[in-house]
Amino acid sequence: MEALESLYHGFGVLNDPQNIMYMFIGLALGVLIGVLPGLGGANGVAILLPLTFSMSPTTAIIMLASIYWGALFGGAITSILFNIPGEPWSVATTFDGYPLAQKGQAEAALTAAFTSSFIGALFAVILITFLAPVVAGFALKFGPAEFFAVQLLTFCSFVGMGGASPFKVVTSMMLGFALAAVGLDSVTGDLRMTFGSTELLRGFDFLIAVIGLFGVGEILQTMEEGLAFRGKSARLHLGSVVQTWRKMPGMWVTLFRSSVVGCWMGITPGGATPASFMSYGLARRFSKNGRNFGKGEIEGVVAPETAAHAAGTAALLPMLTLGIPGSPTAAVLLGGLLIWGLQPGPMLFVEQRDFVWGLIASMYVANVAGFFLVLTTVPLFAAILRVPFSIIAPIILVICAIGAYTVNSALSDVGIMMFFGVLGYLFKKLHYPLAPLVLALVLGDMAEGSFRQAMLLSQGSLSIFWSNWLVGSIMMVAMTMLAWPLISWALERAKLKREHEVVELD
Amino acid sequence: MTDSQSPDQKTVSVRTAEITVAILFMMVAVVVMYDSWRIGAQWGDFGPQSGFFPFYVGLAMFASSALTLFSHIQKSERDSLNFVGKSQFWLVLKVFLPTVVFVALIGQLGIYFSAAIYLAFFMWWIGGYQIQKSIPAGAVLACFLFWLFEQAFKVPLPKGPLEAALGF
Repeated sequence: MEALESLYHGFGVLNDPQNIMYMFIGLALGVLIGVLPGLGGANGVAILLPLTFSMSPTTAIIMLASIYWGALFGGAITSILFNIPGEPWSVATTFDGYPLAQKGQAEAALTAAFTSSFIGALFAVILITFLAPVVAGFALKFGPAEFFAVQLLTFCSFVGMGGASPFKVVTSMMLGFALAAVGLDSVTGDLRMTFGSTELLRGFDFLIAVIGLFGVGEILQTMEEGLAFRGKSARLHLGSVVQTWRKMPGMWVTLFRSSVVGCWMGITPGGATPASFMSYGLARRFSKNGRNFGKGEIEGVVAPETAAHAAGTAALLPMLTLGIPGSPTAAVLLGGLLIWGLQPGPMLFVEQRDFVWGLIASMYVANVAGFFLVLTTVPLFAAILRVPFSIIAPIILVICAIGAYTVNSALSDVGIMMFFGVLGYLFKKLHYPLAPLVLALVLGDMAEGSFRQAMLLSQGSLSIFWSNWLVGSIMMVAMTMLAWPLISWALERAKLKREHEVVELD
Repeated sequence: MTDSQSPDQKTVSVRTAEITVAILFMMVAVVVMYDSWRIGAQWGDFGPQSGFFPFYVGLAMFASSALTLFSHIQKSERDSLNFVGKSQFWLVLKVFLPTVVFVALIGQLGIYFSAAIYLAFFMWWIGGYQIQKSIPAGAVLACFLFWLFEQAFKVPLPKGPLEAALGF
């Protein structure tokens, strides 16, 4: 097995005390970020990214990926103990997690959440280990037209599967593309949309946008709800942990279903948040305990947590193999690759074996380590939430400002961050999705580049996107995704009409 | 969201907010299209011109925002929920305005001194802590940040006259 050999090689890369140390730092920071509202995976990684500029890319990605795993684990703690989702993907965990805590079963809920997170992640990592080299090998045959088609598919999937208003998805996405285009056009040297301003020459940095949209925007919205933490305290004892573990094998169907849903939503750019909701919904419908969902059912914690963690992990598969991130946090990691001078995409597997397999190996180790870290330190992190929000909020905002400044050592970026903060608040209030904007901002230049190259090859004819079965079928799927809201609307109407006719016949 | 249930005073309706934002997006889209057309949005001698891609981005943005606009114009104003309650909005401003001042102060005072002021002010204004408590707390936190970034991570951040006087 070639994949296993490469994985073994990856563990060799990991066998460096410095990498292990940064992994633990990343995990601890990640859980902290996951616990604190306003600091999430995406902007937590964005804030800490500048600190890694001087590290080797391998060490840097291991630390940043560990932050992501930590944040995935940490989100569950606040959901269960405080009924406050620390992360958007743990909203579904509150439905049954908090009722369990109120019934005095916080220990069982937390153990189930962590364990199922761990299982979901493990499932996804195994998938990545075996599937990623295959996808990367396949993608080596891609030309610019195929790459553009895959990127188009990514963006069309948002429209088809996003759940938000398709018009709003497109608006948000196009805003991302437009912002990505600002500045010097590297192909022709023209200045685009700078309007004579030297500040705009550099363009909009996606890191600043992420910190503003997710960090500042989130804090503003949290404040509106007049947040006060009133929660249960918890300390995990070995006895109750083992007791919960005994119940877990009985839920293997839910675990498996949620892992599959999570992996699917992670690879396609659905992301962890819709994955957790979808998995919760499916579990409620198909589980024999479905009626108890919402009243404190362990399975209702297991389903969303498994899916969220599987999705979060699986999101790295398209990022590594195709250069297309499956979630906003993966998008930030992808931006990191570009900053460290690595070209994301299939060549990574050929040219940067240490990097790729070191990262994949670290996913195994970090998830095991993270699992035990959260199991043992829950009381510590729960205690952090007892610090009043009026102290935590300004600290988070100061850290956001510092993070925005360090990206380019430019003071104007802090102002731009505030602008994105207001935008993020408006977007959340009016249900414009943020993920398409971030992905378009990160991928904008790449998508435009591959589009231009393809158009050059074909002398400006769009027919290149239908020139062979590969690119043609990707385009077909993309177009179906784009038209999906329309198709499902038509199907719905047809169904209603049929039902109507049946009634009339009766 | 809490908008619907809260007995909070009305500000603007969701419908008005939606329409305003959609119009703003359409205006941005026009600017994008205008500037892209200016630098050339057609087929040049060396492939697509610089404005080619952004022009169609602008066009798609205009179309999608226009559709959002129409879908909300059709809805009746009466059914529309409140966008944000007055007291809620005041809470948001209470956080936002001091933060703007903090960001503006960074250039003059350096990030640490302004952070100390900001943290102390925030705790007093929103947290209701006594000034005697909030000022030392802000100072200690700012010193911790200074240690973390300047000493531990060696990331240079903007410093002001206070740091200069202390010899950093």
